[in-house]
Amino acid sequence: MVGLLVDNVSMHFNLPNGGYIQALKNVTLDIKSGELMSVLGPSGCGKTTLLNIVAGFLAPTEGQVNLNDVRVTGPSPERGMVFQQGALFEWMSVRDNVSFGPDMKGMSRKESAEKVEHLLDIVGLQDFKEKAVYELSGGMQQRVALARCLANDPDVILMDEPLGALDALTREKMQSLVLDLWKDTKKTIILITHSVEEALLLGERLLVMAPRPGRVHKEYRLPFADLGVGKDLREVKKHEDYASTREEILAMIWNMEEEIMGRAEEVA
Amino acid sequence: MTSLLVLFLYATAFFGTYFIASRFLQSYFQRKGFNKLKTVTFGDESAVTANRIASIISIVTVFWLWIAFTNSALPLPKLPGPFQGEIEFTYTVTLNDGTSDDATVTILVYPEDIQQTVGAQGIPNRAPDAPSRGLGEGFAKNDTTTVARYGFKVIDVWSNDEVAKADGSAVTAINGQPISPGQKMQIPEGEIGLTNKGTPTFAPYTGLRMARLYLPAPEIVWQRFVTLIADGYQGFTLWEHTYYSLYRVIFGFLLGAIVGIPIGYAMGLTNWSRGWFDPIVEFMRPVPPLALIPLIIIWFGIDETGKIVLLFLAALWIMIIAARSGVSGVAISKVHAAYSLGASKWQILSRVIVPNSLPEIFTGARVAMGVCWGTVVAAELVAAEVGLGKMIVAASKFQLTDIVIVGIILIGIIGFLIDVGMRALEKWLVPWKGRI
Ligand SMILES: Nc1ncnc2c1ncn2[C@@H]1O[C@H](COP(=O)(O)OP(=O)(O)OP(=O)(O)O)[C@@H](O)[C@H]1O
Ligand SMILES: [Mg+2]
Repeated sequence: MVGLLVDNVSMHFNLPNGGYIQALKNVTLDIKSGELMSVLGPSGCGKTTLLNIVAGFLAPTEGQVNLNDVRVTGPSPERGMVFQQGALFEWMSVRDNVSFGPDMKGMSRKESAEKVEHLLDIVGLQDFKEKAVYELSGGMQQRVALARCLANDPDVILMDEPLGALDALTREKMQSLVLDLWKDTKKTIILITHSVEEALLLGERLLVMAPRPGRVHKEYRLPFADLGVGKDLREVKKHEDYASTREEILAMIWNMEEEIMGRAEEVA
Repeated sequence: MTSLLVLFLYATAFFGTYFIASRFLQSYFQRKGFNKLKTVTFGDESAVTANRIASIISIVTVFWLWIAFTNSALPLPKLPGPFQGEIEFTYTVTLNDGTSDDATVTILVYPEDIQQTVGAQGIPNRAPDAPSRGLGEGFAKNDTTTVARYGFKVIDVWSNDEVAKADGSAVTAINGQPISPGQKMQIPEGEIGLTNKGTPTFAPYTGLRMARLYLPAPEIVWQRFVTLIADGYQGFTLWEHTYYSLYRVIFGFLLGAIVGIPIGYAMGLTNWSRGWFDPIVEFMRPVPPLALIPLIIIWFGIDETGKIVLLFLAALWIMIIAARSGVSGVAISKVHAAYSLGASKWQILSRVIVPNSLPEIFTGARVAMGVCWGTVVAAELVAAEVGLGKMIVAASKFQLTDIVIVGIILIGIIGFLIDVGMRALEKWLVPWKGRI
């Protein structure tokens, strides 16, 4: 089977005081090749944990993850990561950051040069090739991170709040960029976000997770991502279903947060 | 007393020049650029910049205080100096039968450092002879003698008198004023007194300046520096003294870094290494390198090996800890990103951990160089044949304070230059430091 299968994954973290936290409980997901899935959920519901398991940085306590029928046991270039910020290598130029993956494979500079040029062109940083990354703005840095990830031509791209640290305007531009990249490259993408709007716009599938224990609460299939490719995202927001879906999800998460607070008060 | 006066003058200079400079050099007292627009500056550290006028005055003040407290030849205001020149007083000798007679004592007070100065023909000066005076009338005869500034002289006035002390004669008055044994009297040129046994003494007025032995004037230190460059000291040129100290520091530091950095990385990367080295590092870290000097001398004697080993140890723990905290300072997201991009463990180390830990390593290296520089001087003070520390301690044994001061200034300047060099190197190699 081609695609990513998260098969009945559970994760608990043992705590020093003898107890444990059930960060994930029986999570099962079947993500087809080329799908774009956004993940929403209140803080602490295990989104990052799930992504770390898929990336291969953590082994789940139960269940397993398969990519194209091969069990995930560790990080690998076929599963690329884009982090929130600060994961670029400051000691390298923009170009060297992007060609990091090919360099690791032992690809010669000549071979990777064309690829790097092409990717920098796509993310609009052609003129910043020789700059140091600390000279770039936050939005530009995330473009570099995207290009760096794409340079390895991964099957799956995992993004943990990639746009979380950007200002609203830059963020909108980057959302369009992510959509365009998705369509152009046909990558499977899992994108964690805290923004309901972002999850709606960038989610062909939208997964809402619930906390304690972390689990899948509800899943949506949405038309907005397809509509948004190559278009102004503000137009997409005028779609008849957009506002109602947004309200529904907001209410859902709001309730979860209330519930958490309520439980915390009970304990206290 | 003197130190309180120094403190007082220094504080006066600090506040006084502030009031004067802020009145007449107002342009230097206005904040510049963006800071000019800030209305809140007290408490905003970023709005504080060094006032360069203050820095200049501060340095000038140190030199001025230095000059003011010495017998410097420089034409600058100085504190009251010691008496120098001829002084004369009369003493009265009274015999058992009540008869008495007066005679004078002439004392020539000469510079205490006269033998260290050179006369017009380039020959070293000698202490002057006593001035000549007639013996005068009566049974008490005139005396002449010499005493150095800051000195003290017991004057055996009976040596040429017609009476002897044993005959029961006694000095009963000085300059006409009665005086008895053990008493003292002040004159503008100094202090005259009688010992408990009745012999006159004279101590010339010292003023508030320091004798050359305690604090040589700046120009004397400079001259000494010039002659040291030409002649060296104790069989080695000044450059050799400096070179050996520097060579030991750099060699010892490099050894410490070459051994320490890999150990630090290993401690940051593997459980076994961390467990293995942790006890040693934690135990050795608080031991000041100076405390190791005696053991090093017992083991290695005073030859080069001992000092290199000492400096190696001084740098080792610092570099281990710097490298270890460099590893722990690597953001896990960078490591994860690199693994997801296909990096092997070796590539993680060489492409991510090493460059990412460079800022920490440089901070450690700066500290280590500073500690090594301090340690080498101390080690040379204790045991060495050549080196700036050795030069200082040898000179102090011969009371050549000017060489000691030349050495201290050189040590300070070189230590400063080392730090400036390290910072420049850091800026060049780690341009991203503090910018992420
Ligand atoms: N290494 C760990 N040890 C112990 N508990 C952990 C560990 N990592 C995560 N947790 C716990 O697991 C739960 C899920 O954490 P996770 O970081 O996956 O949440 P998240 O959904 O990503 O939250 P956020 O939106 O704030 O990023 C939290 O309760 C967290 O405290
Ligand atoms: Mg998270």
